[in-house]
Parts: sequence; C-alpha cells; structure tokens
Amino acid sequence: MHVFADPTNLDAYLSGFLWILKLTGASAVIALVLGVLLAAFRVSPVPVLRGFGAAWVNIFRNTPLTLIIFFCYFGLFSTLGLTLSDDLNLNNFWLGVVGLSVYTAAFVCESVRSGINTVPAGQAEAARAIGLTFFQTLRIVVLPQAGRAVVAPLGSVLIALCKNATIVGTIGLIEASSVMKQLINDNGDAVIPIFLVFAGTFAAILVPTGYFFGWLANRLAVKR
Amino acid sequence: MSTGVLYDHPGPRARIRNAVLSVAFGLGLVALLWWIYTKFDQAGQWEAALWKPFTQSATWTQFILPGLRQTLLAAATGMVLSLAFGIIFAVGRLSEHWWIRVPAGVVVEFFRAVPLLLMIFFIFYGVPFLIQGPVTAFTAVVAGLTLYNGSVLAEAFRAGIRSIPGGQSEAAYAVGMRKSQVMRLILVPQAARAMLPVIVSQLVVLLKDTALGYIVAFPELLARGVNDLSANYGNVVAAAIVVAVIYILINSLLTALANWLDRRTRQRAFRIPKQTAPDSTPAGGMAVSEPQG
Repeated sequence: MHVFADPTNLDAYLSGFLWILKLTGASAVIALVLGVLLAAFRVSPVPVLRGFGAAWVNIFRNTPLTLIIFFCYFGLFSTLGLTLSDDLNLNNFWLGVVGLSVYTAAFVCESVRSGINTVPAGQAEAARAIGLTFFQTLRIVVLPQAGRAVVAPLGSVLIALCKNATIVGTIGLIEASSVMKQLINDNGDAVIPIFLVFAGTFAAILVPTGYFFGWLANRLAVKR
Repeated sequence: MSTGVLYDHPGPRARIRNAVLSVAFGLGLVALLWWIYTKFDQAGQWEAALWKPFTQSATWTQFILPGLRQTLLAAATGMVLSLAFGIIFAVGRLSEHWWIRVPAGVVVEFFRAVPLLLMIFFIFYGVPFLIQGPVTAFTAVVAGLTLYNGSVLAEAFRAGIRSIPGGQSEAAYAVGMRKSQVMRLILVPQAARAMLPVIVSQLVVLLKDTALGYIVAFPELLARGVNDLSANYGNVVAAAIVVAVIYILINSLLTALANWLDRRTRQRAFRIPKQTAPDSTPAGGMAVSEPQG
C-alpha cells in the first residue's frame, strides 16, 4: 500500500474517481431526460417522431462508445471547432458527457419502451375511454406505471454508464482508468495492489448500487 | 401492451394535428441537418479530397478490411471463450458444494462490477510486470472481453437454468442420470435456448467492445479505419462516419438474427411453461444484459 501513502498518488486516485462520478452524474441526468423523450417519440402517433426515435436508437446503440467519444473529440471539437468550455479539462469533460449521453439515451429509451409494454392494454384503453389525449394518457396513466417497471433495467443502465465513463480517458481526461495505467507504469512492483484498489473501488460503488436498485424495484413494483 | 392502444384512431382533427406536427418537426429536423451541413461546409468537410480515398481500393485493402478482420477475429475468439466461461461459472454458481459455489459467485460478481477498460489496462500494462514478459494487445483485449462478457453470460445462463421447471431435472434423476448428466444433457441445452436472445444481444455488446482495443493500440477497425486512415488523409470526420456505418451494419445484422431467433423460439411448441420461476421471466433476462460500451 506504499503507493497510496504518497499524497500525490492519493490525490490522483481521488480526482480520478471524482471525474468518474461527475461524468456519471451529468450524463445520467441528460440521458434520462433524452431517453424518456425518445421513448415518448417512439410510441407517438406522429410518424416523423417515431422514425426519429427509431433512427436515434439504431444509430447510437449499434456504434461502439469508443468511436462516439473519439468522434466527439476529433470530429466535433478538433475538426468542426465545437468548444464547450475554455478550460481544457472541462472541455474534454463536456465532450465526454455529450458522447456518454447520446449513447446512454438510446438504452434508456429502449428500457422505457419495454416498460411501457408491461402496462396492461386495459389501462390505456380506460384512459382513452374517459377522454384523455395521447399526452395525458402517457403522462398520467402509462408512464407512472411503466416507470416502476423500469427501475431495475434503468439501474443496470446507470451501472453500465458509470463503467463506461472510464472510456472518456481516451480523449485526455485523467479519470480513474488513466490514473491506474499511470500508477502501474510508475510502480511495477505493486501492480496487483493497485489494480485491486481501483477495481475494488468500482465494486464498492457499483455492487451496492445494484442491490439498491433491486430493492427499489421490488418495493415499487406494481402489484397485479 | 402494443403501443397502438395509446391513442385513438385519428379523426379529422387529429389527422390535421398530426400532419401539422409532422411538418413542424420535419422542418426542424431539416433545419438541424442543414445546420450540420453548413458546419461541415465551413470546416471544409465536404471537399472531395476527404471522401475520395473511400473510392480507392488501397484504402479498403490497407486500412479498413485488415482492421475489420482483426475486429472480427477478436470478437469471434472472445465469443467462444466467453460462452465457455459463462457456462462453467453458471454451473459453478449452482453447485451444491459451497466451496465451488462461493468462489464462482465472487469471480462473476467481481468481473461484472469492474469496467472492461480497467481490466484491459491491467492485463496490458500490469501483467507484463508480473510475468516478466510482454502481453500482446490481442491477448489483453480478448482476455478482458472474455472475463467481462463471460461473467454477464454466466448470470444469463444461471437465470435460464433456474427458469427450467423442477420436473425436468426430477425426471432426469428418475431415469437414473447423474448430476453432471442432468446438467449437460437436460438443463444447459434448455437454458441456452430460453436465454438465446439475451445471449446474442450480449455478443453484440462484445463485438462493439472490441473497439476498446484502439486504446491499447490493437489494430482493429477503429484504430486502422479511423485513426490510421485519417492520419494519412486528414479526413477524420469522413472516416469516422464510414466506420460507424460498418459497425451499424454488422450489429444490425446480429440484432436481426437475435430477433429472428427470439420469434422462432417463441413460436416453437417446445417452451418452458409460464407458471415457473416468476423471478426469471424475460424481464429478469433483460436486466442481466448490460450495455457496456
């Protein structure tokens, strides 16, 4: 453990995981909003909206995240000149958030859509029978029930998002996996402890998160 | 619930409203595409010189196809190994002996929780210090893919095995099969069939994850087709778009295969009855598959 006794290394370790948490938090919020919107598009009566939602999901779900984040940096930023912040680190951070969000939104959309499919048809028929419009049906009757059914899948998406955040290291943000690579290269005699600390930190964050979402899903499940 | 029941069959007013919304959103979309087009134009990304390399055979034979070959090779190796890993650890987690069950559970939970990139970094940069010798990028990528996707598949197989009615194994024991025979001949084949859609979609994830090899300089499709190609022609945007289309085509084919298999297994008379194991219906299977990037 002599590696982490050095305050420089300890700081690098902490800031690496802080970036991971920030990336996860920012992307989770954007991806959730975007994903629910896309799911609403995909079940809407307007064909253009349905097509847009389907195209988004098919494009981003089938492209490797590494390629998307690569494109955010070398395409959007380097070539097309899209700058999201004057600070170099923050710019990389927000470019990473853009890539993670558009990718994760496709998975959120598909989870929400499968959640809508678990709501019995009678619910929507009853809503229509009392004269609710499409948006009222979706907002008041269907989505609240679908939301309870998608807690567990959305938990998996969030956990995957947190792990995927390490890929933003590709575009120069010094997040946890980049820090680990650096520490391994500097301390060849302590490879296993370094790996176990980093892997263990991820496990310590993600395993309880998984159990929490499992518990929440059971608690919120619609009893039928 | 099919989504058709969410709204009434459109009457005259609804038809007009939908048409207006279609046109409004369509115009917005066209405006967005136009904006992207002008941005590309300002950056000179439509210049023929940037797109011309894709009409020359050397671009394909030197960069894209060799990269694609490495991607498919790594994916195929990873798929075979992670399926084997998945079956072994699923059976291990269901063992009656705690000294097999507990370690198998720890291994699966650990590798599922650790980011794939972290694992690849450890194997590629860390293991050479331990074995006092080099580890190739191919080994690092395939080993990482196997450990991660194998663990996810182990959970899928386990859910599948647990969803099989108890009568199946009881009948097998009754005709005198041993534990290993019951597992090999009765449970695993049925579980594999029940979880086929989940397994195939995890294999799509595995194929996409080979792109992580780019980060450790493994010459796969992203490294060769985008990074190296654009280093020669300076056309990173064009190259990224072409390579993305290739990935999307391959993955769409695999996804179509998964959907076809799903429909086919649904139609078959041979099905696991509904009343068993409410905790491992397809919804449970859905939660097992993880969209790692």
